[in-house]
Amino acid sequence: MDSVFSNVARAPEDPILGVTVAYNNDPSPVKINLGVGAYRTEEGKPLVLDVVRKAEQLLVNDPSRVKEYIPIVGIADFNKLSAKLILGADSPAIKENRVATIQCLSGTGSLRVGAEFLKKHYHQGVIYIPKPTWGNHPKVFNLAGLSVEYFRYYDPATRGLDFKGLLEDLGAAPSGAIVLLHACAHNPTGVDPTSEQWEQIRQLMRSKSLLPFFDSAYQGFASGSLDTDAQSVRTFVADGGECLIAQSYAKNMGLYGERVGALSIVCKSADVASKVESQVKLVVRPMYSSPPIHGASIVATILKSSDMYNNWTIELKEMADRIKSMRQQLFEAIQARGTPGDWSHIIKQIGMFTFTGLNKEQVEFMTKEFHIYMTSDGRISMAGLSSKTVPHLADAMHAAVTRLG
Amino acid sequence: MASSMLSLGSTSLLPREINKDKLKLGTSGSNPFLKAKSFSRVTMTVAVKPSRFEGITMAPPDPILGVSEAFKADTNEMKLNLGVGAYRTEELQPYVLNVVKKAENLMLERGDNKEYLPIEGLAAFNKATAELLFGAGHPVIKEQRVATIQGLSGTGSLRLAAALIERYFPGAKVVISSPTWGNHKNIFNDAKVPWSEYRYYDPKTIGLDFEGMIADIKEAPEGSFILLHGCAHNPTGIDPTPEQWVKIADVIQEKNHIPFFDVAYQGFASGSLDEDAASVRLFAERGMEFFVAQSYSKNLGLYAERIGAINVVCSSADAATRVKSQLKRIARPMYSNPPVHGARIVANVVGDATMFSEWKAEMEMMAGRIKTVRQELYDSLVSKDKSGKDWSFILKQIGMFSFTGLNKTQSDNMTNKWHVYMTKDGRISLAGLSLAKCEYLADAIIDSYHNALLYWETPIEL
Repeated sequence: MDSVFSNVARAPEDPILGVTVAYNNDPSPVKINLGVGAYRTEEGKPLVLDVVRKAEQLLVNDPSRVKEYIPIVGIADFNKLSAKLILGADSPAIKENRVATIQCLSGTGSLRVGAEFLKKHYHQGVIYIPKPTWGNHPKVFNLAGLSVEYFRYYDPATRGLDFKGLLEDLGAAPSGAIVLLHACAHNPTGVDPTSEQWEQIRQLMRSKSLLPFFDSAYQGFASGSLDTDAQSVRTFVADGGECLIAQSYAKNMGLYGERVGALSIVCKSADVASKVESQVKLVVRPMYSSPPIHGASIVATILKSSDMYNNWTIELKEMADRIKSMRQQLFEAIQARGTPGDWSHIIKQIGMFTFTGLNKEQVEFMTKEFHIYMTSDGRISMAGLSSKTVPHLADAMHAAVTRLG
Repeated sequence: MASSMLSLGSTSLLPREINKDKLKLGTSGSNPFLKAKSFSRVTMTVAVKPSRFEGITMAPPDPILGVSEAFKADTNEMKLNLGVGAYRTEELQPYVLNVVKKAENLMLERGDNKEYLPIEGLAAFNKATAELLFGAGHPVIKEQRVATIQGLSGTGSLRLAAALIERYFPGAKVVISSPTWGNHKNIFNDAKVPWSEYRYYDPKTIGLDFEGMIADIKEAPEGSFILLHGCAHNPTGIDPTPEQWVKIADVIQEKNHIPFFDVAYQGFASGSLDEDAASVRLFAERGMEFFVAQSYSKNLGLYAERIGAINVVCSSADAATRVKSQLKRIARPMYSNPPVHGARIVANVVGDATMFSEWKAEMEMMAGRIKTVRQELYDSLVSKDKSGKDWSFILKQIGMFSFTGLNKTQSDNMTNKWHVYMTKDGRISLAGLSLAKCEYLADAIIDSYHNALLYWETPIEL
């Protein structure tokens, strides 16, 4: 029988998630998965935070809890607390009711809903994204109907920020263009602007009426401090201007599979915020009607209780510290092997990922010969390393650089 | 506002503007304070830019949600909420299935992790959901011809399918029943899939306009997608008979249309999972390629967990593999991967023989309560209404909802005089009705049907 699907081609595996698929299929005992950005303990195991388990216990054992549909915009408490978390409890934007916050499916869902909203209601249909950026970003914006342009970001020569290029490219953007900014711990490079550089970016953007769209996937996870990691966002909001913020609790609360996040739209007035919220609901309803209750309930439970919140900040800092320690150990191991080149970017970069600077060939070599699984752009997830596996990775990198340098 | 004004001072526009305005202020005299005050006011108007979202209008409230909100605001003690599309117990309370609580406790004890699911969702869930739908061991499953991916309940699954249709069947139309669930149109609109309607509800008989349905499906351009409610049609509660389903399958095959089932009530309609899947299985028998969106919101009471699936039955395993890969490509830029909690609950319940039996029993209980309430309502109507009107459509309809045949004016009377909250199309949710309230509801319906047009002077909106 002739299939109506005969013109449907087989799509390639998602490049990032495909790394884990390949890793799972490898029988080698020394294999390391440095692909997907999920935290691993020193023992290489996934981690569910103690405070999350506690919150879940409270929820599951609460006889008054039901599974009725939550509102289209999500759980009210969760939304309020999420806005507070990213903007700061004393934010004038919150006090003045100028923030519309909508619970969404983690970072991806928040970005997509925000982009669909902008496509419908914002006069500029172009979004500028850093080069490079998370692989899924261009797809999210394209499918929402926005056109995507790139601004220079990563400088391979310095393995740092191409600040001059960034200012030039944003300076040349049309007035009103949307600009995607990684709030902290840039993915995949780990390269963040300094606070002085952020201030310059802010001034340039405000002078050209460029609309900031922050992707905040690592608040608290990058530096270990929730406030420090929110500084870039807060600086922009403090000038009274508008912006969008996509928040994710996947990493900082380890809620990956629960898909918890929030889209906040900071507006000029409470009236505008309320209209904006009503229109975002029209984007959500035909997409999935209303968001899932479980993960957001866990977050709200934790953020509401000062004890649980404090315990969370401690566990968060532990994760951030372990990653910093992996950076230090890897750097030292490479130094010890006398691998040619400057590898200080390993300790200068921040967050879960390191852009090693290794090329596609070198990466393929490391996978084939050393069973190291990572994305072909040279990105490694520090969260996937442990003290035990650092030496093997250092060996692999040393071999790749010296043999295929 | 003053504080935000101050911090906006750093834009480069200001210096020239200030000087110009300072000159203008010459007449305010030599008082520097006055000058400074005017200067501030000028700065405020120059620096505060209007919102980028200034032109955005307030969207209208969701028509169905609005009903619940109005109900909440009503203080009358006789009030009844028949707008809600969620099951209620006889005590009119929400219901979390015992088997769901069991599963969640198990999951907690086991200490399951919270890692990302694959884009296509939980494998154990996908397997279970396809088997529930087609029957384990069905040829389409054995031959691996079904592409199943976990979706965000019914809505999310419909949306994935709509996006696939838009991409791979450009220009193809989806034909939907008149009436249908209010959100269907929104989903296809946002997915940019054109749609039209086929006749379905006949207000004269308060039943199915079968001739109209067949004629309209026949008339649709060849290769159209025909949206069918697998069972318990929403909002009417009117389902085709088994004989009618056969004829519907015939005409669809004749026109090379592609069936697209929305299965939101499997097990919840008749109380039997297999019986409620009969229409879908009939089409599978025919060897057709088709889509099925599933939801576990009602039959497992998992409303807020957003758990469902999109199934695409293909003519070959190869086609199913390709289709699945493309569905993943659509899901990834929408939400990356689906939520784990609801999927695990379903997989645990279906995967354990004891829990599966318990689920079936609870489902029979829920469906049973609704059937009992229908009977009670019918009995009350028949005993109280002396006009001889035929109320038997209440018993013929199935599922959570019932189309009463009341028009807008009559429905308004239900709310304004009797404090019975329902949607304006005449739909009531039996799930929100208790045996204790059936007599009151019967009184309200009889009064509204016979007298509303006399009470209310506003023109009838039919």
